[in-house]
Amino acid sequence: MADVRLSGLTKHFGDKAAVEGLELEIHDGEFVVLLGPTGAGKTTTLRLIAGLEHPDAGTVSIAGSDATKLPPAARDVAFVFQQYSLYPHLSVFENLAFPLRSPARRMSEDQLRSKVAQIAKMVRIDHKLDSRATKLSGGEMQRVAIGRALVRDPSIYLMDEPLSSLDAKLRGDLRIELKRIQSELGSTTLYVTHDQIEAMTMADRIGIMADGKLIQIGTPRQIYTAPANIHVAARLGQPAINLFAADLLPGTGIAAGAKTVGARTEHLLIAAASSGNGKVERVEHLGDQNHIHVSVNGQKLTVLASPDNLFKAGDTISIEVRDPLCFDASGNRIANG
Amino acid sequence: MAEIRIEKLRKEFGAFVAVQQSDFVVNDGEFLCLLGPSGCGKTTTLRMIAGLELPSSGKILLGGEDVTFNRARDRDIAFVFQLFALYPHMNVRKNIAFPLLAQGMPSGEIRQRVEEAAKLLRIDHLLDRSVSGLAGGDRQRVALGRAIVRRPKCFLMDEPLGTLDAELRDLMVHELRELHNRIHATTVYVTHDQMEAMSMADKIAVMNHGIIEQYGTPQEIYDRPASMYVADFIGSPPMNFLPTDQTAQGGADKVVIDGAGVAIPRLDQLAGEGGTVLGVRPEHVRLDDNSRLRGSVYATEYLGSTQIIAIDTKAGRVKARTGVDVRLNPGAPVGISFNTPKLSLFDKTSGRAFRLIKGGAHG
Repeated sequence: MADVRLSGLTKHFGDKAAVEGLELEIHDGEFVVLLGPTGAGKTTTLRLIAGLEHPDAGTVSIAGSDATKLPPAARDVAFVFQQYSLYPHLSVFENLAFPLRSPARRMSEDQLRSKVAQIAKMVRIDHKLDSRATKLSGGEMQRVAIGRALVRDPSIYLMDEPLSSLDAKLRGDLRIELKRIQSELGSTTLYVTHDQIEAMTMADRIGIMADGKLIQIGTPRQIYTAPANIHVAARLGQPAINLFAADLLPGTGIAAGAKTVGARTEHLLIAAASSGNGKVERVEHLGDQNHIHVSVNGQKLTVLASPDNLFKAGDTISIEVRDPLCFDASGNRIANG
Repeated sequence: MAEIRIEKLRKEFGAFVAVQQSDFVVNDGEFLCLLGPSGCGKTTTLRMIAGLELPSSGKILLGGEDVTFNRARDRDIAFVFQLFALYPHMNVRKNIAFPLLAQGMPSGEIRQRVEEAAKLLRIDHLLDRSVSGLAGGDRQRVALGRAIVRRPKCFLMDEPLGTLDAELRDLMVHELRELHNRIHATTVYVTHDQMEAMSMADKIAVMNHGIIEQYGTPQEIYDRPASMYVADFIGSPPMNFLPTDQTAQGGADKVVIDGAGVAIPRLDQLAGEGGTVLGVRPEHVRLDDNSRLRGSVYATEYLGSTQIIAIDTKAGRVKARTGVDVRLNPGAPVGISFNTPKLSLFDKTSGRAFRLIKGGAHG
């Protein structure tokens, strides 16, 4: 395993900067997730590390040595793509064994069999080793694709939205498995996604990307509870954070100099009150919780409530904030007063 | 707008039965989601309502009129597909106006209708812009504009948000529902995403192998799933299932799981001999040091305002939703107990839910 260091990494496509001046260090054995919308530069970053793109400026160093000019094959990285690409005519076993059969590896058949068996068990596909790849479900195929990356024991894993083509339930299951496998192997992993849940649940550290730049990097708790600015605050949290003018609601903990207040649902208190400041527009039943959509002076806010609450559309309520996130005029977070 | 009534609808493709004997009514102005995995028959059902497939048997009534064998263009519906296709060489106004131009409507009326639709979708400031420069969300709004401008009797939507980024999808889910609240169009919306269905629908029909497993409001389906299939499909993470040590008997108010007694709402019917399974949603699992039901932490998933703790017990893995202040490492031993009134009990063989007498307003 190895650490990865990106320094001043820049890549343009035509006159558009896909990645600009990126500084990022991924420690040995760390799971870093890059989170951002389409076009933020996440995938380009992965491809630069893999050697599938060449940077216009900056360096990629892997395990302490400069890899910027190395061809992909010399970098000892494994790439898992969004769309699993298996060899359809081969069995699961042969798909998993394929990277080990490279003549450069000189692995004995016994070693190979035991390695494949070990990885197949890890990705829970050991019961289907003899099945043809085309006979598998989507989730099984993606597990084989992940297994094929794991079997090689590379220094670094690069994963580009490997779960996004799967249905929600399978995604939830594989999320927890992938994290478990990664921590068992202690593998250095850079994982790209636009799904905040994947980022929050799997990452040791999350890097928030936008417009080719890394905006903030930190543990999920740091990013969630202490976002650097409004952009980062809006990336995490479901329902999305409420952003409004600092004087909209009464309450505590609004910093002096705050222009915008960011209130997650846990920062808002609502109560039935006939002379309140807000009106319930709609109650959304999500099963385990209700989202109460409230308007205050034309501003829409979303508040969480237990499904047993009795609020209904048209109700007048009082709403106030408790120690919300505060942002200055340029959108940067300032400490609570 | 109009009511949609489906009677004994069935569709076979050769030997494969895509839809079996479906019956449901979408009331005038109601938003129904057909929810299920791929291959469950939801899209085939929608295509039959649209007239893009003809049923093998059964009836489709639109506003009381039998349209089962009418051609698609004679049905006065608007179909919104997964991939919104706009005419790239036309501006927003022309894109929205297109269906009316095709009908030969006078230009004054077209102008008025297009502006009205654009206002509803809050894109009236973009009418003279080219569609090729628009952001993803605005492109979706234009495509919706093209559907609503015709003022059809109903809207049929086939995973219209399926290809979007998570953030944009969340935004569009809210916009679609708000649009529905403004125009009250009868809508049938197909999705495999339970969150979309829960967020938007007045009623949900959960489908499985061509059969409607359960039809009800989102909260009913969540709180009282009719089967293990439904309980597992709805909720994120889904309901936990724990097999009981012995088959529960009629009148029982307790089951035994891994040797530990667990109180349940009283079982109101006779169970067979095929075994019973307790169902519990993650938010109704409590960490409880005093409980005899024990397990060890497998993993924790931090979600910001809550976290999910996966606990391996002898009866299987249980996921609990807790506050974020609880800090547990993998391997930590824990006890768990449940919020009794919220439990479900299923027949292990058929997967069907048993009737339980809950000590509250719920039946």
